[in-house]
Amino acid sequence: MLWRLALLLGLAAMPLRAEEVVLGLSKAKVAITATFEGSEILIFGAVKREAPIPDVPMDVVITVAGPSEPVTVRRKDRRFGIWVNTDMVVLDAAPSFYAVATTGPLDKVMSDTEDLRHRVSIPRAIRSVGAASMAEDAERFTDALIRIRRDQGAYAMREGAVVLDQETLFRGAIQLPANLTEGEYLTRIFLTREGRVVSQLETVIDVQKVGLERWLYTLSRQQPLVYGLMSLAIAIAAGWGASAAFQAMRRG
Amino acid sequence: MQIYLPIAEVSVNAFLLLGLGGLVGVLSGMFGVGGGFILTPLLFFIGIPPAVAVATGANQIMAASFSAVLAHFRRKTVDLEMGTVLLIGGLIGAAMGVFVFNYLKSLGQVDLLVTLCYVVFLGVIGGMMFIESLRSIRNTRRGVVPKRKKHGWVHRLPFKMRFRTSGLYISVIPPLLVGTSVGILAAIMGVGGGFIMVPAMIYLLGMPTKVVVGTSLFQIIFVTAFTTLLHATTNYTVDIALAVLLLVGGVIGAQFGTSIGTRMKAEQLRILLAIMVLAVCGKLAFDLLVMPSELYSLGTDGAP
Repeated sequence: MLWRLALLLGLAAMPLRAEEVVLGLSKAKVAITATFEGSEILIFGAVKREAPIPDVPMDVVITVAGPSEPVTVRRKDRRFGIWVNTDMVVLDAAPSFYAVATTGPLDKVMSDTEDLRHRVSIPRAIRSVGAASMAEDAERFTDALIRIRRDQGAYAMREGAVVLDQETLFRGAIQLPANLTEGEYLTRIFLTREGRVVSQLETVIDVQKVGLERWLYTLSRQQPLVYGLMSLAIAIAAGWGASAAFQAMRRG
Repeated sequence: MQIYLPIAEVSVNAFLLLGLGGLVGVLSGMFGVGGGFILTPLLFFIGIPPAVAVATGANQIMAASFSAVLAHFRRKTVDLEMGTVLLIGGLIGAAMGVFVFNYLKSLGQVDLLVTLCYVVFLGVIGGMMFIESLRSIRNTRRGVVPKRKKHGWVHRLPFKMRFRTSGLYISVIPPLLVGTSVGILAAIMGVGGGFIMVPAMIYLLGMPTKVVVGTSLFQIIFVTAFTTLLHATTNYTVDIALAVLLLVGGVIGAQFGTSIGTRMKAEQLRILLAIMVLAVCGKLAFDLLVMPSELYSLGTDGAP
């Protein structure tokens, strides 16, 4: 809602803006195949402007966010001598993947107000409205989520990873890990001056399972019984086949 | 070679899975157990989500047992009557197990339950086997012939039935109970339950050793098939790609295991198996007692 409003304001203010992003992606679709090993997406573009370049230096911030879903974070504590899950916090919406790439330190290239408005930094990309009522130290659960996802390569903050040439051409790469969930990955590019967003652009990278992966996944969700029976049949056939092949190999 | 598992939604090395399957296959060939009790914890360890590991484990064991039971049918070492009674108990148990599993999953305690089950059962069975095989090794050295207990409390219960292949005339209640408890374990732990079933059949029901493995395999096929279907329809956690990779490795491993097993003495085999069971148990218990390096864990099931 908030960013939609911001976008509307942005559109309204467009004629005043002399600078606009022209964007290119090395790929607009990521296909998860059986041998998917992660992927790198090159995001590049240029700044289109009619007026001469202002004196104030420009910065670029790129964010890529996977589909958001509620996440349950649980904490272990010692009970009766063993470690057991005791506390739990449900975070309303956390992106399954989130990466930020910038031309410099985020607090320098973007003001706190703009960060809050556009939900750019990692903690702000996670929505946790109801969390405070579930535990006294709810922010520790959010921190844990960020820490765990960062270790998995799902969350990344890469300050200085975007290269900006002559205030006009920029490029940056986003690493997508192998353990990727499918969905629409919202990609946003912000141009900033003195911490203020002067122009922004949004596009979507489509991440999809394809081929066999797609087919198996859909079948398991839509026809679970058929999928279960098929799994059993395939497993028996594979076990039998491998054993027969092995015995034939021994004899031959 | 990395492979993306469609249901688990993780990318793992295909050769690692083949190797794991092979290792477990060697064990199952050597000892005549399914190896699920080793496989499932190993799958947790390489980062497969526990729910997927448990459900896929059931699928893998089902297929592995299927190939094995054919050999036993040829040798006529399957007691079909006993197998059917155990099976009825097993199906009831599996349904109860999946229910308990889903309930605890919603509470966020499923990992604890699975680990605790492993620690308790592996500890008890491993300890018993260890002591028993030590004693029999000592007895064979002294030249004492072990005697089999003929009449226990098991023989005084009602609803007696004749089991021809096993040469038994006992009540159906103990086999039903054994079947039920193994069914529950199969659903919760993702194991066939052979490591519990086999000792229970020998020591509790007094079945002759030669029909025990075949009969246990016979009933495990149906219980694990049922468990697989229940997990597939209620949790959507059966990963066929994972199961097939583990199986192919497992079948090849089992061939090596069998040839190693025939070269060793029964007591030595049993004591080795006991040590291994105790080692897995010790590792899991250690993890429960020592403070974990990451206290927090994530779950995607949104409902509290």
